[in-house]
Amino acid sequence: MGHSAPKIATIDGIAEEIGALLGSMLVETVDHADELSITVVREELANAMVALRDMAQYQQLMEIAGVDYPDRAERFEVCYHLLSVTRNHRVRVKVTTDEDKPVPTVTHLWPVAGWLEREVFDMYGVVFDGNTDLRRILTDYGFKGHPQRKDFPLTGYVEMWYSEEDKRVVYKPVKLAQDFRSFDFMSPWEGAQYVLPGDEKAPQAPGAPTPAAAPPPPPAAPKGEPKGDTPKVTEKPGDTGAGEPADSKAAEKSPDAPVKPEHHTDEGKGAAKPEDKA
Amino acid sequence: MSDYMEKLDHVINADDPSYGDTQIQNYTINFGPQHPAAHGVLRLVMELDGEIVERCDPHVGLLHRGTEKLIEYKTYLQALPYFDRLDYCSPLGMEHSYVLAVEKLLNLEVPLRAQYLRVFFAELTRICNHMLNLGSHVMDVGAMTPNLWLFEIREDCLNFFERASGARMHAAYFRPGGVHQDVPLKLLTDIADWLDTRLPRLFEDAMSLVVDNRIFKQRNVDIAVCSKEDALKWGFSGPMLRGSGIPWDIRKAQPYDVYDRMEFDVPVGTNFDCYDRFMVRVEEVRQSARIMKQCLNEMPEGPVASFDRKVVPPKRGEMKRSMEALIHHFKLYTEGFHVPAGEVYVATESPKGEFGVYLVSDGSNKPYRCKIRPTAFSHLQAMDFMMKGHMLADTTAVLGAMDIVFGECDR
Repeated sequence: MGHSAPKIATIDGIAEEIGALLGSMLVETVDHADELSITVVREELANAMVALRDMAQYQQLMEIAGVDYPDRAERFEVCYHLLSVTRNHRVRVKVTTDEDKPVPTVTHLWPVAGWLEREVFDMYGVVFDGNTDLRRILTDYGFKGHPQRKDFPLTGYVEMWYSEEDKRVVYKPVKLAQDFRSFDFMSPWEGAQYVLPGDEKAPQAPGAPTPAAAPPPPPAAPKGEPKGDTPKVTEKPGDTGAGEPADSKAAEKSPDAPVKPEHHTDEGKGAAKPEDKA
Repeated sequence: MSDYMEKLDHVINADDPSYGDTQIQNYTINFGPQHPAAHGVLRLVMELDGEIVERCDPHVGLLHRGTEKLIEYKTYLQALPYFDRLDYCSPLGMEHSYVLAVEKLLNLEVPLRAQYLRVFFAELTRICNHMLNLGSHVMDVGAMTPNLWLFEIREDCLNFFERASGARMHAAYFRPGGVHQDVPLKLLTDIADWLDTRLPRLFEDAMSLVVDNRIFKQRNVDIAVCSKEDALKWGFSGPMLRGSGIPWDIRKAQPYDVYDRMEFDVPVGTNFDCYDRFMVRVEEVRQSARIMKQCLNEMPEGPVASFDRKVVPPKRGEMKRSMEALIHHFKLYTEGFHVPAGEVYVATESPKGEFGVYLVSDGSNKPYRCKIRPTAFSHLQAMDFMMKGHMLADTTAVLGAMDIVFGECDR
């Protein structure tokens, strides 16, 4: 049966239909988990959206989501989620960009894109060409930086509080009372990227830590004894490795040793003894 | 008087006003961020011509807490309670989208009883949310009593949540793979009684005061009319979209959990104004009660969470006896489960509209990106276009009919 997430209508040949509609504007089509995502050429985004809205009946723009992949040449992905209320279908349109290259706006197609683009700009610093009102939206007035980027620290750079001395709200660099704790619960057998505590000296291979070195081989057998010929046996006490029996005198009591009381050994707690009371 | 007329006669050029001419300027006022009718921390900068709103610029983000960023640093299970805190008036509606998104990435099957329980409590959440919204809407336009009566129902709902999950508001009850724990039979029978007696009595009583009330209609009918085309363009969803006459309900169109087994009607508006939005919500409450009764009738016995031990932790009692369960318990509450790489966008019909979660996984135990699609963000943006030409006092009616909660809008 599988998951019980919203069942979206499957339209046969929708990927081909969109492919034919977009032609050279299309870069890639991915159909994963019953969801169609298409990547289009960034400069042609507005034209592709017009085609999708007017020809393929995707009337509503529900969401614009930015994603940051710092390793890629064009690190940001801007994902537009379109919904067709007539065909009961959703499609995700993606463009890639970086800090400088602007993405064409779609505010003239859907006015709702205004704030959604503002949010992506605020969070990632993606510039939208043609959006006339590209102010910050979620962050504070006068905020610096783009908090959803992967290189922006979770704690941010400044903290603010009401200063009783200055009688106003002040901004200061973040000072953490304790170190920022980032717990990594990845299993050390599945590629954890850190040195195990106590294992600092072990040579670290990239990826997985080298397991502890094998124990040194047992000391070589005494010289003169032939190796490997005689089977190892424990027939005499000497073969057990227990050593010589100790001197029998050592077992005798020394005269100065205190004599143990004999008749109290099997009694209970000392405090409850009847003799003590008397 | 004659002097004044004489002075006015001298003014012949409007571009060059001279002595005696009256210059009229638009007046800009600031509404909020602390205002009882703003339903949270909303700041509106409004340009007024007399009492007519010419321009309305909402400033949001005063409750921005960086939820999406925080989620990237938490495991999938630890991220769940953040969803309660988004729209704190309908916590389980938010959780529903998230757990379904995780399950979709994992392709995890949920036992039937768990699906029924989720639908059941999601609808209870809808009632709870609408009680707050309808009540505050009527209070914003001048009525006091219905709000108090509706809060009585809301209080009942919160008590039911507490009995099911242990928390009145931030339930954290839905989990990837099912729900956290089974509910006692007494709770279900109590809710069934409540659905039959207390809810209809209190709710219909309160509505009888409001829906045909002359003042209430004067404040809402023909206010903020939004056509079908505009509603689609501005990304409306939920009662706002249905109030604009579009019969679109994700529970019907793209059913999730056991909504495809439920019989319910989708109310739509006919005049596309604030009154319609209000009435759509009123009818939704009745339909939610209908769905809940069906759930109670059909709910089977059985497990309430998946038995996939790589995702759903074992119960504590089991953990105390079985070594295997202990290991799973430990691993799931420290490392958490790994979700296969991929991306999904899952949207459910939350009480306020389409609440979506766009989840990108890189195959690790933490979400790579979790974009939350709030309902209020789109609705609030349309404020400018809906307020244009209306009176200042209509602001509260329009805001009330939008059903905005800032925890969700600002994230």
